[in-house]
This record gives sequence, C-alpha cells and structure tokens, in this order.
Amino acid sequence: MDLASFFITLKLAVVTTLVLVVLAAPAAYLLAYARFPGKPLIETLVYLPMALPPTVMGFYLVMLMGPKGLVGRCWLALGGEALLFTFQGIVVAALIYSIPFAIQPMKAAFQKIDRRIIENSYVLGLSARETFFRVVIPNSKSGIVAAAVLVFLHSIGAFGILMMVGGSIPGETRVASIAIYEAVEMMDYRGAALMSMSFIPVSYAFLLLVSRLNKDS
Amino acid sequence: MSVHLSANKKLEFFDLDISLSCPNGKMLVMIGPSGGGKTTIVRMLAGLETPERGLITFNDEVWFDSSRGINLPPRKRRLGYVFQDYTLFPHLNLFENAAFAAVDRKEVDDLFELFGIGHLKDRKPYRVSGGERQRCAICQALARHPQLLLLDEPLSALDVVTRRELREELKKLKERISFPIIYVTHDINEALFLGDEILPVVNGRADGDWIHRAIGGDSSTLSPSRAARAPRLALAY
Repeated sequence: MDLASFFITLKLAVVTTLVLVVLAAPAAYLLAYARFPGKPLIETLVYLPMALPPTVMGFYLVMLMGPKGLVGRCWLALGGEALLFTFQGIVVAALIYSIPFAIQPMKAAFQKIDRRIIENSYVLGLSARETFFRVVIPNSKSGIVAAAVLVFLHSIGAFGILMMVGGSIPGETRVASIAIYEAVEMMDYRGAALMSMSFIPVSYAFLLLVSRLNKDS
Repeated sequence: MSVHLSANKKLEFFDLDISLSCPNGKMLVMIGPSGGGKTTIVRMLAGLETPERGLITFNDEVWFDSSRGINLPPRKRRLGYVFQDYTLFPHLNLFENAAFAAVDRKEVDDLFELFGIGHLKDRKPYRVSGGERQRCAICQALARHPQLLLLDEPLSALDVVTRRELREELKKLKERISFPIIYVTHDINEALFLGDEILPVVNGRADGDWIHRAIGGDSSTLSPSRAARAPRLALAY
C-alpha cells in the first residue's frame, strides 16, 4: 500500500478545498444577486468542468500550463517553476475541475436568504461588502460546508485530469486514485483492494454530513 | 425641517405620481388599499427603489434628484425602517439584532425595557412571538439613531390584542421623538389613532376621498379590480 500517495491526496484535497471555498464564495454571490450582460453565458462556462470529460479538461490544461502555453509562460515570467508534473500543477487542475461543486451549493444557499434581510442591512448602514460578511456568510453556513465537503470528495476522486497534468511522480503528483490504477496494472490486487477500501468510509461519512446539512437547512 | 418627496414611476398596474412631506416630530400615515403603491413610496424614501422622475430631500440634504442624477444609497440616508414582515437577522439573538447598527450598545438595554422584551434578549428570533419580533425590529431601527423612521405595516401580521398594545406603545414613542415618522397601514383605526396627518394613496396617487368612500361602503365608486385587491377594513375593533 502506497501511503505517500494517500498523503498527497489528502494534501491536494485540503489545499483545493480551502482555496476554492474562499475564491468561489464572492463569485457565487455575484451569480446569485448581480445582474450583468452575458450572465447565463458566464454561468454556463463556470459549470462546464462538470460536463466535460476530465481528459479533455486535462488536455487543455496541459496546453495552457506547458512552458509554451499562455498560463505556463506567465507563471514562469512571474518567477514560478514549471507547472506541469508538479504539485502546484495538480492543485490548479483540481481547482478548475471542482469549480462547479463549490459554486453551485453556495449560490443556492445565498439565493435562499430572504432578500429583505439584505435590504435591512443596507438600510441599517452596511455596505455590500460588510453585508456579505456580517449577514450573508453567517446565514449560509450549511451551503458553505456542503460546498467544502463536495469539493473535498471530488478532489480525492480526481483521476484523469491529474494523470494528464501531473503524471505519476511518487511523493509529488501520484495521488491515491492513480496509485490504485497502477497497482491493478501491476496485478497487485491486494494493494489495490486495501487502498480502495480506505476510500469508502471517508466518502460515506462526508456524504452523510452533506445530507444532514441539507436536512438542517 | 422636514422630509419631502415628489416622485413618478411607471408600475405594472398604474403610474405612481405622488408628493408628500412630513415635518420633524410628526407622523404622516399613508393609508389605502393593498397594492396601491404605499410600500413602493416608502422604498423610494429608503433608497431601495428608484423613481423615474422626482426629488427626495431631507432637511438640507438631497437624497434623490433625477434632474441632477443624485441618488444617495440606502446606507447613507440614516434611516430606521421596520418592514411589513419580520426582517430580523436569523443568526443573531434579539439583543445582537437590535445592537446590529446601534450607535451605543448600552442604549439597547433601555430600549428593550421600554418595549418590555428585556427578558428575551438571548433568544433567537424564531423562538419568540410575532409581536416580540416586531418590538425588537423597532428597537433595532431606533438604536441606530435614525433621522427618519419608516414603519411599513409593522402591526399587520399580529393578532388583535398584541396589535392594540403595540399601537399604544408607538403612540407613546411618538411623543418622545423629534424626527419625522412615515407610517403605512390599511387600517383606518390605526391611521386615526396614530397619525398627525393622513394621506390616502390609491393606485399610486393621493386620493382625499378614499377614507370617506371606504367608511361609507360606497362600493359603486370603487373599481372592480381595486375592490378585488382591497382587503376588508378592520373596523370591528
């Protein structure tokens, strides 16, 4: 059993969850309340990673993040190291792969808030930003936790996209799902079974938490 | 020193065209059938709705002027606004709700005593009655030291007894304050009991004869659509 790959999976899922929840919250708020031209087109684009095959996403990320790609060149110019086949690279891939799972529950939670309590906050002298932190966030806790859990689960399950962007470098980019695949390829069924089994209780417990949260809210 | 509004706006069923003013220390009661535009007018005063044309001033401040493109956002108008339904923040207890925008948190205790909800300050809004929630909403509005108080049917969701009690409390409150109050209701008794001035609003316009027609029960002069939308007046108590 490849313990290092479990550590990479956990690290990837935690980093992705923290970064994505913070970045996606304001975006979800804009999608929930703001009116701007082209909103349906942008919203569909945000949900596109959910509909595309992970290998297709992976292909485009390889193109973009490679040393000749737009993102890769900018990253190098900013003093970063190469993105492909590194941990940072798979974090970027996991972030993009999970965007819809962060946005959707948070947007739904924000939309559920009674418009009038937001208006009341404005009338009481708060700016849009203060209202977001003092009224919107505290009243959307279950949606935010649901988003975090879904992103976490989705990140530990990522395979195709990580394979394309990160390959399988032990201790760097080889996550548990890739380690399982490789164990099977090498006919190490015992190792694969052990690793596979350890996913089930974690995923089950988190899903249970999500359904509990949905019920509470 | 007063608040003044004159505004035009095209609404779904009619064109709103109204002008009103209310001096400091007085209460102007807007009355009329539901769907007549009263709430829209209050929302214009609050800055939550924008007139197409018009002017809103408070003392020397211009809050809205369509000809000069001025539109002060709600947060800069220093208002107290008690909505029709309960708009307390569900995640905060009553004390934190009232202290949400308070100038001085210590005053909240005095306000709670005045409105008789001091013993409930640690409760969340969903654990108290409708009347207690509305009392807290009034405390919340007063604690921020508003320069104008807007009360949009604050009693309409309450039972008759609580309604009467709160009506008395509002009357007492009125005598203690020095800013204008705009009060919206569709209850004639409430309007006569509380108001220094009464402005009947029907289909977006001032309609001085409305009370007379409503009390007289002269339904022939009420249009069918308006009659259908108007609630029966609560004259029984």
